Amino acid sequence: MASLEVQLRLTLHSPDRRFDLDVDFTATSQRTALIGPSGSGKSTVLQAIAGLLPQARGRVRVGGQALLDTPHGIDLPARERRVGVVFQDYALFPHMTVEQNLQFGLRRLGQRADAGHGQRVDALIRQFDLESLRGGLPRNLSGGQRQRVALARALAIEPRLLLLDEPLSALDAPLRKRLRRELAEMLERVQVPTLLVTHDPQDVEALAQDVICIDDGRIVDGDLRG
Amino acid sequence: MPALFVPLWLTLKVALFATLIAGAFGIALGWWLARRPFHGRSIVDSLLMLPMVLPPTVIGYYLIVLIGRNGLLGRYLDRWFGINLIFTWQGAVIAASVVSLPLVYKGARAAFEEVDGRFANAARTLGAGELEVFLRVSLPLAIRGIAAGVMLAFARAMGEFGATLMIAGNLPGKTQTLSIAVYEAVQAGNDSQALWLTLVISLVCIAVLVASGRLLQARH
Repeated sequence: MASLEVQLRLTLHSPDRRFDLDVDFTATSQRTALIGPSGSGKSTVLQAIAGLLPQARGRVRVGGQALLDTPHGIDLPARERRVGVVFQDYALFPHMTVEQNLQFGLRRLGQRADAGHGQRVDALIRQFDLESLRGGLPRNLSGGQRQRVALARALAIEPRLLLLDEPLSALDAPLRKRLRRELAEMLERVQVPTLLVTHDPQDVEALAQDVICIDDGRIVDGDLRG
Repeated sequence: MPALFVPLWLTLKVALFATLIAGAFGIALGWWLARRPFHGRSIVDSLLMLPMVLPPTVIGYYLIVLIGRNGLLGRYLDRWFGINLIFTWQGAVIAASVVSLPLVYKGARAAFEEVDGRFANAARTLGAGELEVFLRVSLPLAIRGIAAGVMLAFARAMGEFGATLMIAGNLPGKTQTLSIAVYEAVQAGNDSQALWLTLVISLVCIAVLVASGRLLQARH
């Protein structure tokens, strides 16, 4: 089992707030939840792991491979990290069809489509039951369909690590319950180490094998699984 | 009738080239300033908006100081390349570009700022470099707002008078655009000529405004 080692320090400045993050944890389970109240810095940790916060200092290693190691001058840009992210609200490209969203990570600008890419997209479309939605635009999809497309898009790049940012927070309660079950089944089949950020103990219960708690930018003890 | 078509053709030519130049710079600058705050961003913004509030004659004067035969840049253009922009239609293009730049820049910046930053971040995690993020994500998502700004810039470039007169003068068939031809026709007491010129320029500008209004409306 590939482990995720994270030691991060960074400071975020906004006009009304200064936020210090200083976390150190190792996740060894296949699926780990990072749980904390809103504003605790959990999404910040996730963005730093993905390489989206240039001010991050410290170390991030996945299965022994360094994505960030500022003491040794290593800081891979997001595009080279091969970390799949399912964003809060999914952030599907609104001007692209489902199929184009899935292709985005496979085909670089100016590169010709090749058969391997097509097969990979076809496989994802079958795996996530998206056949009938292939040519549809994200705005015409239901919440559950969007979630499947977002997960498939993140997995298209064959990531070494999968990050989920509050994957269920945008949904109302009955739908959340159903999609939580669907997501749990999908993650069960996906053999990629996963870190999931949430504020909801029920997500932890259903989706993760291990849990790390964060509060006010620090890792804290405590089991929130109730 | 050539009295109508020659300045119309010249006006369209000048406005088209000016829109291309203002479009390229305006989109690039709008994207750059929309990205993230930096020291002096508001000063750069003010400088870019200056052509909208300065009297066109003042802009014309600045341009003479800059690209005139003995200007800061103009003397090198003349010495090294033998290029002289004063009293040429290319000079009129420069004047119209500067005057219409704020319209593209403002529209593009607002359009880029409206695009959710998470789309760009999603593209980065999927392996896209910054140029690819711009071409495949940011630009297509901002294109309506940009297109509206570009159309306004075209209309503005067509109507440009003051700076053009300072830089390119009033040479019939060479630098006399529609707006300058109107001025001259009125000065010469040629009322029917002035009326025709006025109608033509009004129709084109109304068409452009209606089209850009539709583009902006479709966005919301």
